[in-house]
Amino acid sequence: MRFSIYRYSAEQDAEPRMQSYELADIGADMMLLEALLKIKAIDETLSFRRSCGEGVCGSDAVNINGRNGLACITPLASLTAPIEVRPVPGLPVIRDLVVDMEPFYRQYRAVKPYLTVTDPIPEIEFRQTPQERDKLDGLYECILCGACSTSCPSFWWNPDKFLGPAALLQAWRFLADSRDQIADERLSDMEGAYKLFRCHTIMNCAEVCPKGLNPTKAIGNIKQLMLKRSI
Amino acid sequence: MQVGQIERRKFDTLVIGAGGGGLRASMQLAQADADVAVVSKVFPTRSHTVAAQGGINAALANVMPDNWHWHMYDTIKGSDYLGDQDAIEYMCRAASRLVIELEHAGVPFSRLDDGSIYQRPFGGQSQNFGGEQAARTCAAADRTGHAILHALYQQNIRAKTHFFDEYFALDLIKGEDDQVLGAVVLSIATGEPLIIEAKTTLLATGGAGQIFRTNTNAMINTGDGLAMALRADIPLQDMEFFQFHPTGIAGKGMLISEGVRGEGGYLLNADGERFMERYAPNAKDLASRDVVSRSIAIEIREGRGCGPNRDHVLLKVDHLGADVIKKRLPGIRDIAMTFTHIDPIEAPIPVYPTAHYTMGGIPTNRFGQVVAPMRHGAEEATPGLYAVGECACVSVHGANRLGGNSLLDIVVFGRAAGNHIIEFLGSNRYHQSLPKRSVDQALARLARWERKGSGDGESVTELRATLQQTMEEYCGVFRTDDVLQQGVEKVLEIEQRLEDVTIHDHSRIFNTARIEAMELENLIDNALATVVSAHARQESRSAHSRVDFPERDDEHWLKHSLYYKEGQRLDYKPVRMKPLSVESFPPKPRVY
Repeated sequence: MRFSIYRYSAEQDAEPRMQSYELADIGADMMLLEALLKIKAIDETLSFRRSCGEGVCGSDAVNINGRNGLACITPLASLTAPIEVRPVPGLPVIRDLVVDMEPFYRQYRAVKPYLTVTDPIPEIEFRQTPQERDKLDGLYECILCGACSTSCPSFWWNPDKFLGPAALLQAWRFLADSRDQIADERLSDMEGAYKLFRCHTIMNCAEVCPKGLNPTKAIGNIKQLMLKRSI
Repeated sequence: MQVGQIERRKFDTLVIGAGGGGLRASMQLAQADADVAVVSKVFPTRSHTVAAQGGINAALANVMPDNWHWHMYDTIKGSDYLGDQDAIEYMCRAASRLVIELEHAGVPFSRLDDGSIYQRPFGGQSQNFGGEQAARTCAAADRTGHAILHALYQQNIRAKTHFFDEYFALDLIKGEDDQVLGAVVLSIATGEPLIIEAKTTLLATGGAGQIFRTNTNAMINTGDGLAMALRADIPLQDMEFFQFHPTGIAGKGMLISEGVRGEGGYLLNADGERFMERYAPNAKDLASRDVVSRSIAIEIREGRGCGPNRDHVLLKVDHLGADVIKKRLPGIRDIAMTFTHIDPIEAPIPVYPTAHYTMGGIPTNRFGQVVAPMRHGAEEATPGLYAVGECACVSVHGANRLGGNSLLDIVVFGRAAGNHIIEFLGSNRYHQSLPKRSVDQALARLARWERKGSGDGESVTELRATLQQTMEEYCGVFRTDDVLQQGVEKVLEIEQRLEDVTIHDHSRIFNTARIEAMELENLIDNALATVVSAHARQESRSAHSRVDFPERDDEHWLKHSLYYKEGQRLDYKPVRMKPLSVESFPPKPRVY
């Protein structure tokens, strides 16, 4: 099976290039990450991030045949060869498949992604009904892999002004949490033409999310709350 | 590079590792206005705590009667009496308060109808000191570790903890009087070393599951902190006790939570028999992990394994119904479907015991202080150095950890260490000067991989694979003197071969080949500690199962092992049998 992999390091390359690799023994169940590890065993200069190998830690988001996904849970059998692997788009490349995630993390931090309660804290757990808790399903599972934001054209165009789908999904995760008490502040923080409203419901985010989450829907919910608040 | 040319940063506390243990401690410290730096070789939420599934134990009694004393009994029995009873009492007493605190920090626990935290039964849990099954494990569906790690990271963002993401720790810096003064770390992105000076250093680097070929662990679990401790002349405790989780996906190793059996799933052999009823008539599939893992291994050895090669057993879940599976075990369903193409709603999952958890580690007391035999006794604190979580050995897990106690361990002792550090900082207000020798030693680690080879020698990948295969064959579930002796020799030979390994990538920017090489050094130290300690212990106690010494031998072996890197020397120290406030639980035969 043939692979074409994006290679670049500021240390030695003036320009990025695509490098071909051929792997002979491809198992029926092999994931792309296993192939990358085999390639690294041949050519240890290839750099990429990886850790849990089961789609939980969010380290190995890459662009695979033009589409963002996690290498560890993408079966080779689902891909057409030659398999083209590039870094996720829209973030500066550090080396090969490794991008600088800091702009993405900055957006995450900007939405105050932490439960905030202003009342005195009781000695027992905050009570939350199973129905209230259900509202967090599809939100808290985000693994911060960045597949969504880096496939979003609004993020590419305005990375410094638009918060991007991952951060906005987390903004909604806390707005939707019956325990959180700073909804008003959260909404005020997202006012203006860019932070939230640059989402044009292109839906690439929901399309590529490896955990099946739907940031577009979350963004729609925030917009609705904004609207309600303004009338 | 000269010591004087390296950039330096100064903090009150350096935390190495950003899993739940490190982040619980850093949160405590940042909230107390200490200057705290967290160094992690991966972005914090990539740490392996994120993969913990089933839950965290606390006797909240939300589902049925429970109390911390029963939890304490179960933990001591689960540890096969090798756990220290003072630390276990401390942990079980603190559990409820700390789980509630996690909930306040934002963890989206699943809920019961009255709005309280959902709890499920887990292995080794009982009511009333060995009676009926308890339901003590607090869960956020089957993604509890993810929920906890993200909430802790989030609260650290709020507390303005200083993060050094993607920095790899090379070595601790030790002063003349053995005080630990920080560490030399390496920026993975730039390849530049950095000295972080700290009045206190906390190791929270996780376990070393990557010493085994098939394991449930992330690739980052290479025992870096344990190896750093060894290189700083600190012994490792009870390393022979390594947990094999009964239910990893057969042949692949991904973890299938004990929560699956907690929700009512059970194991079947090739005859369709629910075989755990024979091995553990009371607890059945919820006996403690060592018992279930051994039972599976025996079933397969005696020819009752499933599949064309009779090499696994089946975990049946479908009878729970689609609703329960989707609601309580969604992550497991995902993993099973991704890696086996089996939907557990329709068919059972093929499973096999898989290397999972390092019970041993850096010896600490219940305040998280690293303790070792020095001048004045067996448990003298190493000034300035702390360890928590899987890399530490308090010991609350002894010879076998109960499911749901590892997430508890990290928050309880992360907080305890945080508290003790705050106290220490109050009376140690100034940084000490760094001895050049100690920094040089750390830099030598880096320089060693600058060495250029002929190009046809053994690679890091090859030697790592050999190590993992060797540990699986010579230090697995069933052990004998002969096999362990060969294991020791083989790992020593691997250590020798490491000398000749070179890498071909000598670049600076994001050089993962160099990181993997240094991780391999760490793995070899961990493997050697494990197999040498295992060879010496002539008894069977939970996770350490010796075919040639099938009985537990309290007379000779109710003691902790201490392994030193220099000369692979072993020492021993007594188990702390005296709890803080209640009666001791004396060793009894362990039946489930």
